[in-house]
Amino acid sequence: MLVEISGLTVSFPARQGRHVAVRDVSMTLGTEKLGIVGESGSGKSLTARALLRLLPPAAEATAKALRFDGIDVLAASEKQMGQIRGRRAGLILQDPKFSLNPIMTAGDQIAEAWRNRRKGSRREAREAAIDLLAQVQIRDPRRVADAYPHELSGGMGQRVMIAMMLAPDPELLIADEPTSALDASVQAEILKLMEDLVSRRNMGLMLISHDLPLVGHFCDRVAVMYAGRVVEELAASELAKAQHPYTRALLDCMPSLTHPRPRLPVMVRDPAWLA
Amino acid sequence: MTRHPTVQMLIRLGTTVSSLAITMFGLVLVTFFIGRVIPIDPVLTILGDHARPELVERLRMELGLDKPLPVQFWIYLKNLLQGDLGRSVMTTNRVVDDIRLYFPATVELGTVAMIFATVAGIPLGVLSAVRRNSALDQAVRVFSLVGHSIPIPVLGLGSLLVFYAWLGWAPGTGRVGVGYVGLTPSVTGFLTVDALIAGDTEVFWDAAAHLMLPAGVLAYFSMAYISRMTRAFMIDALAGEYVITARAKGLSPARVIWRHAFGNIAVRLVTVLALTYAGLLEGAVVTEMIFSWPGIGQYLTVSLLNADMNAVIGATLLVGFVYMLLNLFADAAYRILDPRV
Amino acid sequence: MTARLFDRAWLLSDSPQSRTQAAWGRRYRLWRDFRANRPALIGFVTVMALLLCAIFAPLLATHDPVAQNLGQRLQPPSAAHWLGTDELGRDVYSRLLYGARITLGMVLAVVALVAPVGLAIGCIAGYYRGIADVVLMRVTDVFLAFPRLILALAFVAAIKPGMTSAVIAIALTTWPPYARLARAETLTIRDADYIAAVRMAGASPGRIILRHIMPLCLGSLIVRVTLDMSSIIIFAASLGFLGMGAQAPSPEWGTMIATARRFLLDQWWVPLIPGIAILVASLAFNMMGDGLRDALDPKQG
Repeated sequence: MLVEISGLTVSFPARQGRHVAVRDVSMTLGTEKLGIVGESGSGKSLTARALLRLLPPAAEATAKALRFDGIDVLAASEKQMGQIRGRRAGLILQDPKFSLNPIMTAGDQIAEAWRNRRKGSRREAREAAIDLLAQVQIRDPRRVADAYPHELSGGMGQRVMIAMMLAPDPELLIADEPTSALDASVQAEILKLMEDLVSRRNMGLMLISHDLPLVGHFCDRVAVMYAGRVVEELAASELAKAQHPYTRALLDCMPSLTHPRPRLPVMVRDPAWLA
Repeated sequence: MTRHPTVQMLIRLGTTVSSLAITMFGLVLVTFFIGRVIPIDPVLTILGDHARPELVERLRMELGLDKPLPVQFWIYLKNLLQGDLGRSVMTTNRVVDDIRLYFPATVELGTVAMIFATVAGIPLGVLSAVRRNSALDQAVRVFSLVGHSIPIPVLGLGSLLVFYAWLGWAPGTGRVGVGYVGLTPSVTGFLTVDALIAGDTEVFWDAAAHLMLPAGVLAYFSMAYISRMTRAFMIDALAGEYVITARAKGLSPARVIWRHAFGNIAVRLVTVLALTYAGLLEGAVVTEMIFSWPGIGQYLTVSLLNADMNAVIGATLLVGFVYMLLNLFADAAYRILDPRV
Repeated sequence: MTARLFDRAWLLSDSPQSRTQAAWGRRYRLWRDFRANRPALIGFVTVMALLLCAIFAPLLATHDPVAQNLGQRLQPPSAAHWLGTDELGRDVYSRLLYGARITLGMVLAVVALVAPVGLAIGCIAGYYRGIADVVLMRVTDVFLAFPRLILALAFVAAIKPGMTSAVIAIALTTWPPYARLARAETLTIRDADYIAAVRMAGASPGRIILRHIMPLCLGSLIVRVTLDMSSIIIFAASLGFLGMGAQAPSPEWGTMIATARRFLLDQWWVPLIPGIAILVASLAFNMMGDGLRDALDPKQG
């Protein structure tokens, strides 16, 4: 098993006591595509970041088990984490406008990731970066390699981000809302690209999103999170048979072209879901 | 409409130069009128209170003081453009020559102080941002709060008392020990450099020793600001998403901190450094008075007390001009170094 | 109403029933944040103590601050003279108390001159844009291009060294950043929808600026003023030290350092005690200002 999370809890200091953002979450991931769905604040991003130990400094994480390929992440040394991050697992963030370093060219940022794993010359790293840019289907990789992030469109930026995270040939890719900041037309392209690369390279994918139908479409399995807990976990193909009222409500909120309704239902939250 | 980059560059250059010219003109105007309304009569300063009236009248005409103010200003402006700042009543030298004599001492003092402040202030600021709320961070905060709050006379006199009078670690005031004055020919005006050029290590060490205390006083004052700004910028930068990306790439903490976070604030820091350097010129006025440092600040203060207006205007203009250039440099550095602008 | 101000539950209510309750709740939370910040509280208490010292100087002083006693000159601290005596045998402690009046008086005078002027200029420039903005900001630039201390020195020398001219000189060199700040704030506010709504309702520009824009600029202005107070204190002391501030018999702290300077090596406490007073006052204002800024804007610091 690539990833094993059991009883993960993440909390922050608050004015009175602690605010618990992730509560007793358990899930596993092999070489497959797992989608984590939930609204903002449901704890889905924190769960993923806890796995790479990239939580904000104030956060405190505890778990019965938090393992990456058998390595105990919570007990690992910073050096061991360096072996996981960027070598065996990559992380793609939401908006390339903020997640790419604004003062380094795209090529330099990819080359840096490549050289971190393989000791090669500057020239080799640059060639590798250009090759990776071509792999993420950028038509003019040499030009893009010399471009600064602010000169790239959102879709291009996200391709650069993917290329950078693929540079060290990781086994797991975590994508945290990778398409939320993009135009609708570009979203599908980026997801398609990610899906292709992940299946071709035989990697695991953890796709975090607030868009349930989209996740259902791209992933093998879906975990639905609400208020820091996993409320339901099921195969994507069985989404239609979801049991939990929150999942049902999420599906129900979507407008449909085949069955148009005069008014979309508004979700009624049941305090019992929090229990 | 997008213009050709060269055209854009030229337009930018044009605006900068013209705004510089306007500001400079304002500077000259303000200093000139301040200089001319000084209530102490410069003629009487030269001749003494009991001079004969016809002598007073002659000198007044010689100095052009009988003409209306706008005319005086016009003459002054014309001379200024030819690099003539008039004569100092006090030293009887041309003000330009006086400045050439005094200004290098200030630059030497300011530069050494700046080096101290930068070398200590930036790493302290970065470290305290990285280890936020640690004991080190608290110590740096207190240290810079005090530096921010302490008046230079107190710091200067206090350090003279401790390091000169009590501990005997530092030599006294002045640029160099009395026995060494005038031993090296002046080439650059920087005593330490001149001593090295002359190959006189004894003078060099003495001059360097004399520099330490005043430069340290000035440096503490600036370091407080530099480390405070560095810390604030770094905290901002470390919270950036690209720092998470860099960590997710598996880079070493040192590389994340220095290449990614610090790299992003370096441009803003250059601005801070340029402004700090400009601020040092001000701090130098008080520091020079305390350490009897024969720099432009001392020249200015003594001229002020003697109502030596050509000297006052000349020195004020010089400092204002340097100040403006540094501001301009800060702005230019931002435009050149940051790929986004 | 007054009783309610001591009712924590009423103040901290998540769903205030009236605007008054919401406003007081906000003030109470601010005060609570400020109070929890120990350095800020120390600064605040020290400033208050200084203020009391200044107000009650005649009651607290043990001697006449200008009474000379040449037989008792340069005494170290003792029971008769708590902080010793200066070169003319005057009691340093009593002089410090009266000096607090001068220092705080100068600070208040500068702030009273600078804050309204800076606020008005900034708001007008920001609200009207166009020519007014360009001209006002150019003037600001000219003043900002000057090194402050040097401009003030030249200015004081031009009129007449003394406290009034020092205050005017400091004010003259302090206002530009305030105008800048107010202008920047105004620019972000002026295009807001609620300003458009007020304009639509027929409010005159004067009313919009006075009633709707200026109050919103006040917060950041107050923080800036508090943080600036320490630099005004240091500024005034530096002018005094250079002989351009309050003149000799006056117990202004900077002037006291200057006149006692030559005794540094033998009677070091005489020049250093007023220096420590300046340091304490300026530290206190800085600590208070930092705390106020953190409470109003927790993101920074």
